[in-house]
Amino acid sequence: MPAVVIEDVHKSFGAVEVLKGISLTVEPGETVAIIGRSGSGKSTLLRCVNGLERFQSGRIEVAGHAVDHDPKRLRELRKDVGIVFQSYNLFPHLTVAQNIMLSPRLTQGVEKGKARQLAEEVLAQVGLADKFDSYPDNLSGGQQQRVAIARSLAMKPKVMLFDEVTSALDPELTGEVLLVMEELAKGGMTMLLVTHEMSFARSVAATTVFMHQGRVWEHGPSRELFAQPRTDELRSFIRSDLK
Amino acid sequence: MGFLGTDELSFLIESTGWTLLLTAIAFVAGGLMGAGIAILRLSRNRIVKSVAIAYIQVLQSIPVLMVLFLSYYGLALAGFDLPPLLAASISLGLYVSAYLAEIWRGSIEAVPYQQWEASASLALSPAQQYAHVILPQAVRISLPPTVGFLVQLVKNTSIVSVVGFVELARAGQLLNNALFKPFAVFGAVAAIYFMICFPLSRLSRHLEKVFHAGRRH
Repeated sequence: MPAVVIEDVHKSFGAVEVLKGISLTVEPGETVAIIGRSGSGKSTLLRCVNGLERFQSGRIEVAGHAVDHDPKRLRELRKDVGIVFQSYNLFPHLTVAQNIMLSPRLTQGVEKGKARQLAEEVLAQVGLADKFDSYPDNLSGGQQQRVAIARSLAMKPKVMLFDEVTSALDPELTGEVLLVMEELAKGGMTMLLVTHEMSFARSVAATTVFMHQGRVWEHGPSRELFAQPRTDELRSFIRSDLK
Repeated sequence: MGFLGTDELSFLIESTGWTLLLTAIAFVAGGLMGAGIAILRLSRNRIVKSVAIAYIQVLQSIPVLMVLFLSYYGLALAGFDLPPLLAASISLGLYVSAYLAEIWRGSIEAVPYQQWEASASLALSPAQQYAHVILPQAVRISLPPTVGFLVQLVKNTSIVSVVGFVELARAGQLLNNALFKPFAVFGAVAAIYFMICFPLSRLSRHLEKVFHAGRRH
């Protein structure tokens, strides 16, 4: 059974239809990249998958949970589905470790000692074991984003969503974040990511989806998609990225 | 002109105690009410929200003095004979609640919405979001204006002198009636207010600096 099923999803903001019937699946352990220009609806789609945005029609199922807007069911879904945002969104009043331990302790009843151990594990996984007691404000953007990834990993998610996680970073800091994500992908994590990093999509994601004007415009194995774009829109999009 | 004797001074200092007590009662009672009103004000239920908005706007649009007259003379006519301290506490408490509700609502709304999204995405319930993520940040944001408002409150307690409650300002009037040394008496009264309010104002400014320095923990 696929880890993520998106079926004919429509979504409008007022009179503007931003998703015009999106269908797409992600298999367990697969990494799927969504690319496209700003305004193509790719972030909105991703945010529909964990219920941050409502959609008007269609069906989304992720990690065995149907997305609806019952608060309780949504919380169950979110225990299994992590999301990392462009702006990190760490809790500034909590230390790195407290950021990571908060939800496991509150929503999964992990006891304190175990939670600390968990925080140490996930921090080591993103290469920040020494930042356990730091506050987010004292970290670089790249480090903050790695903490945000660690915070999601501590929930032991079945699916991870990444919403343009390197777009707010200085170019020299994107590498460390992409590296962590690449390791995750290799480790078999199911990942759905919206990205502007074409080379990352090409090399790490097995499948790439090109969205254009609220539709899945092209969809296929990343290598083929980038080597032989079938539509003019994708061709010009790839070209504009090469500069 | 001339200086005040020990008896006169100790009378003023004793009355300062009443000013501080009244401030404390009004602040605590008004704060509790204000917190409740702030939560109602942020409710998604339109009726609840409108009631809270109406409460705040009515109280902010009439002088505290009128609330005081209503609760002291008005309720007395209606058969409830309130002692001055109670009438004063109720009136000032209402006044405080309306202002603190707005300060605190603003502070909660000043927490970036991404904090709500991030904590919701980590499966926290709304109560957990408030308790662990939103309120701790809102409290930090609210501290400088709250302390600033406390300074206003200390000074505004002086209006209760009109219903015969002897706090610092009223004590000054009484003393001056007996001694007729307005400069000495009111100078001393003003100095006492200053000694209470100035450190509080400084504290408020200090808090503002601390929380704006980028380190928000």
